[in-house]
Amino acid sequence: METPLVFNIQKYSIHDGDGIRTSIFFKGCPLKCAWCHNPESQHYQVELMFYDSRCTGCGSCVSHCKKGAISIEGGKAVTNRALCNACGDCTDWCFQSAREVAGKTYTVDQLVKEAEKDRMFYENSGGGITLSGGEVMVQDMDYIEAVCKKLYDKGYSVDIDTCGYAPYENFKRILPYVDTFLYDIKAMQDEVHQKFIGTSNQLILENLIKLNEDGAKINIRIPVITGVNATEEFMIDVISFLKEHNISVKQVNLLPYHNTGMHKYKKLDRGYDEEALLGVPSAEQMEQFKALFVEHGYQNTKIGG
Amino acid sequence: MAQVFDPVKERGMNDRIKRLRKESMTTQPHIYMERAVLETEAYKMYEGTVSAPELRALVLKHFFTNKTIEIGPDELIVGEKGDGPQSAPTFPELCCHTLQDMHNMNDRKIVNFTVTEEDLKIQEEMIIPFWEKRSMRKKILDSMTDEWKQAYAAGIFTEFMEQRGPGHTVGSSKAYEKGYLDYKADIQAALDKLDYLNDPEAIDKRNQLNAMSICCDAIMILGERYAKLAREMAEKETNEKRKAELLQIAANCEVVPAHKPQTFYQAVQAYWFTHLAVTTELNPWDAYSPGHFDQHLGPFYERDTAAGILTRDQALEIMECLWVKFNNQPAPPKVGITLKESSTYTDFANINTGGVTPEGEDGVNEVSYIILDCMDEMRLVQPNSNVQISRKNPQKFLKRACEIARQGWGQPAFYNTEAIIQELLNAGKTIEDARRGGCSGCVETGAFGNEAYILQGYFNLPKIFELTLFNGVDQMTGEQLGLQTGNAEDFETFEQLWDAFAKQVKHFVDIKVRGSNVIEGLFARYMPVPFLSILTNDCIARGKDYNAGGARYNVNYIQGVGIGTITDSLAAVKYNVFDNKKFTMKELLQAMKDNFVGHEAILNLVKNKTPKYGNDDDYADDLMKKVFYLYQEEVTGRPNMKGGTYRVDMLPTTCHVYFGSVMIASPNGRLANKPVSEGISPEKGADINGPTAVIKSCAKMDHLKTGGTLLNQKFTPEVLAGEAGLDHLADYVRSYFNMDGHHIQFNVVNKDLLIDAQNNPEEYRDLIVRVAGYSDYFRNLDRPLQDEIIERTEQNF
Repeated sequence: METPLVFNIQKYSIHDGDGIRTSIFFKGCPLKCAWCHNPESQHYQVELMFYDSRCTGCGSCVSHCKKGAISIEGGKAVTNRALCNACGDCTDWCFQSAREVAGKTYTVDQLVKEAEKDRMFYENSGGGITLSGGEVMVQDMDYIEAVCKKLYDKGYSVDIDTCGYAPYENFKRILPYVDTFLYDIKAMQDEVHQKFIGTSNQLILENLIKLNEDGAKINIRIPVITGVNATEEFMIDVISFLKEHNISVKQVNLLPYHNTGMHKYKKLDRGYDEEALLGVPSAEQMEQFKALFVEHGYQNTKIGG
Repeated sequence: MAQVFDPVKERGMNDRIKRLRKESMTTQPHIYMERAVLETEAYKMYEGTVSAPELRALVLKHFFTNKTIEIGPDELIVGEKGDGPQSAPTFPELCCHTLQDMHNMNDRKIVNFTVTEEDLKIQEEMIIPFWEKRSMRKKILDSMTDEWKQAYAAGIFTEFMEQRGPGHTVGSSKAYEKGYLDYKADIQAALDKLDYLNDPEAIDKRNQLNAMSICCDAIMILGERYAKLAREMAEKETNEKRKAELLQIAANCEVVPAHKPQTFYQAVQAYWFTHLAVTTELNPWDAYSPGHFDQHLGPFYERDTAAGILTRDQALEIMECLWVKFNNQPAPPKVGITLKESSTYTDFANINTGGVTPEGEDGVNEVSYIILDCMDEMRLVQPNSNVQISRKNPQKFLKRACEIARQGWGQPAFYNTEAIIQELLNAGKTIEDARRGGCSGCVETGAFGNEAYILQGYFNLPKIFELTLFNGVDQMTGEQLGLQTGNAEDFETFEQLWDAFAKQVKHFVDIKVRGSNVIEGLFARYMPVPFLSILTNDCIARGKDYNAGGARYNVNYIQGVGIGTITDSLAAVKYNVFDNKKFTMKELLQAMKDNFVGHEAILNLVKNKTPKYGNDDDYADDLMKKVFYLYQEEVTGRPNMKGGTYRVDMLPTTCHVYFGSVMIASPNGRLANKPVSEGISPEKGADINGPTAVIKSCAKMDHLKTGGTLLNQKFTPEVLAGEAGLDHLADYVRSYFNMDGHHIQFNVVNKDLLIDAQNNPEEYRDLIVRVAGYSDYFRNLDRPLQDEIIERTEQNF
């Protein structure tokens, strides 16, 4: 079993499924969405995060880096990513909390123990645990299945927040233990999907059909992004697809894009595709899209999680 | 965020309430000398000729017979402690203010009380000469040991009775079940039963019961005077509507307080007369509270509405008039350390809406919702309108309370009925008395109407740890303040350090309790409260005063402060010095002395790389439990002088600011003179795992062994928005209460708004925030407290 990396455990998570939940974010994702909010979620390795604005250029980290990867340039610490192995030694010596390591391992039991901590809140609110990412369905499935089964056996609701881009057998393995799949749809036209996400959407849509056939409870989640899919045509495409395949939907969540992820790219010295010209949909547009779904029989449609 | 704080003039259900509320809000607080003058006259007439309780009763009677009274325009509920709104009587028998004190009250920037030349003249010529050597404050300070004085001056603990009387008293159903003529008859029956042949205390009981009887006369005289005044005013009144109102007021005051109330309206007026008498008889800490007001008024409301003589709107209007009355009462001004430990300036009246009935059934009724509507409409800092949430209460009630709480002005706070009941059972109350109980002051648990539960003062746990690290030497003064428990640098294990700390805690609890016992004895001898004794079971039956053990239950609370700071400090030492050897004790002590200047590496480790309370992390939370139990077990069960015992509360009012000001830097990175953590909340900025982790950590404390804990949570408005936001808040409260959490309250404001309010106080005159167990106007807090509230972690839902 290869233990996956977790980059965040978010408690009091109220936008990823029913009630008060704990969301566990696994590191690494097979897609390359141009608008991704969480650059630290993309790669499967441990990474050093750097908060540019907090750095005072004091140089304390420089002398504590065994790899000699850090230098001070223009009053800020600069990390040579080729040399950095994300050991984290420098983080103890950064007095401004400007340096942090993203990616931590938990044994199955450790993770279950952490997830159980908020039991009382789940029971009072009808909440539970949501496994998210990155992408949870492409992690080591022995591990993920073990986590899901243990939580299920203990009586917790386990939701899976997924992009759908994973072998269907992975879904099949955890199906008995999962409450609801929070299933992303980002683009219906394959060329649009390829352009903004870097892959075909065929597998994603196939998996959705199969999950439905296998009786899974499904929430459809649509990140709404101007320039990608914030059009009535796209929404109609989604509705048509759901209708055509008789996909039974518990809830539709329309998630308006926001660009707060920008600053995080700097933390990883990674570029952000500004040429993609992504935009934030207006509140009126969001209401129109919602009305469209409601009109077509999806009464339980929400703006936001 | 949208500005949710409306201008002063805009609130109230109709023009009458708006006018009354505005007057209450805009009148300048001022000193009221008439009480002190009439009291001095009474002492000159009677002192030496009657017993102590009778003397006190005669003071009340003389005052109620002669004080100036008035009925203001628009008023429906009548009676003021002083000469109108914001009028603060003084209590020279407790604290005889110097002229300098009075100048300070007049001149201070925040919440000043106007003192006129005439007031100063009276104080100088009449009050000071008579009371200077008679005041309780003088008697108390003369009776304290040097070590008590040294510890008190150093900020190890505070003393509640230094300027106010024993208090925390809450009304039961007694104010509505009988009139004072009935109580006079009960008292006479007790007098008739006295056994002068066999009971050595019979004579003391006679004096006490006589005093109670005089107090019944006193309050009835006040009622008669208001009835008469209302009739006189009605005769002259040309406006027919107002004339009818005045006649109704007169009719009410002819029934109450002499007889038991017949209507909802009279029941509210009856409460108010009782309130005035308790709070003018003496100045009990935190005034007096209606307690389960909804349950007391419920039957009157049902009867009147069924009979068609009261509408819901009329009931609400009467309630809003009462709210104005509460808000009209400034607390008698405090000075010195007492001002620092509790810089509040309003009388605290705590209402416990909801909860369960004495039979254990859902206590919510229509009056509960009227009170919530009134609270929502009035938005006043007093009364301290809170809800008791039982698992038996409807979700609708909890959600209505959450709906008001999320508007962001700090009320209502939420108390856990099941926790309160278990706390009271654990302290030896019967189940019925426990169900009748609730919280007063900030969060303090008591058996309403049956108990004298007296707060003694705050106890500075982080300071005692600081002393332990320096072998008992106070780093602020260089004095040997604590025991010599050894040089911390020589300790080889954490357990050795812990043992030293435990010895220091015991040492200071001994000093504190010794002092409190002496003070208790002084109050029993010199300052009985016969009026309050009428209202508290079983003072009449025992012929004993509330201040002398007459109540059915007698508990003394000492309030532990700074659990977050002390826990994180213990964790910082254990984790870094002993477990992981990141730095030495010597290095840490030097860093503390240097306020961490030049010790940035240590500061970084203790602030950012050490387990901290508030994150549901057992490493830190186990230390919290350890220090809580140490303190709780050291205090709990010690006998007091009234036949009861000492117990602990965990709350700060504003004392965490004062306690921080007497300390150097703490091992957890808290800098010198900065506030320590408040209530049982985590140290500021220490909780980084979200709101569920905070209450998980807090719930690891055994709340049921306390008499109340206080938890503040700050949220931004955005995260509580919508129906889902409301549901989540309600679920959050229920979850904490399922885990036996005692109390939680919310500040729903964002940091930017507070900073803006700090810089532009005039633009935010109505901004109310939750401070500790109470709300206050942000502009009225001093700067360190404002900073403190701004820095409290803003939880993001």
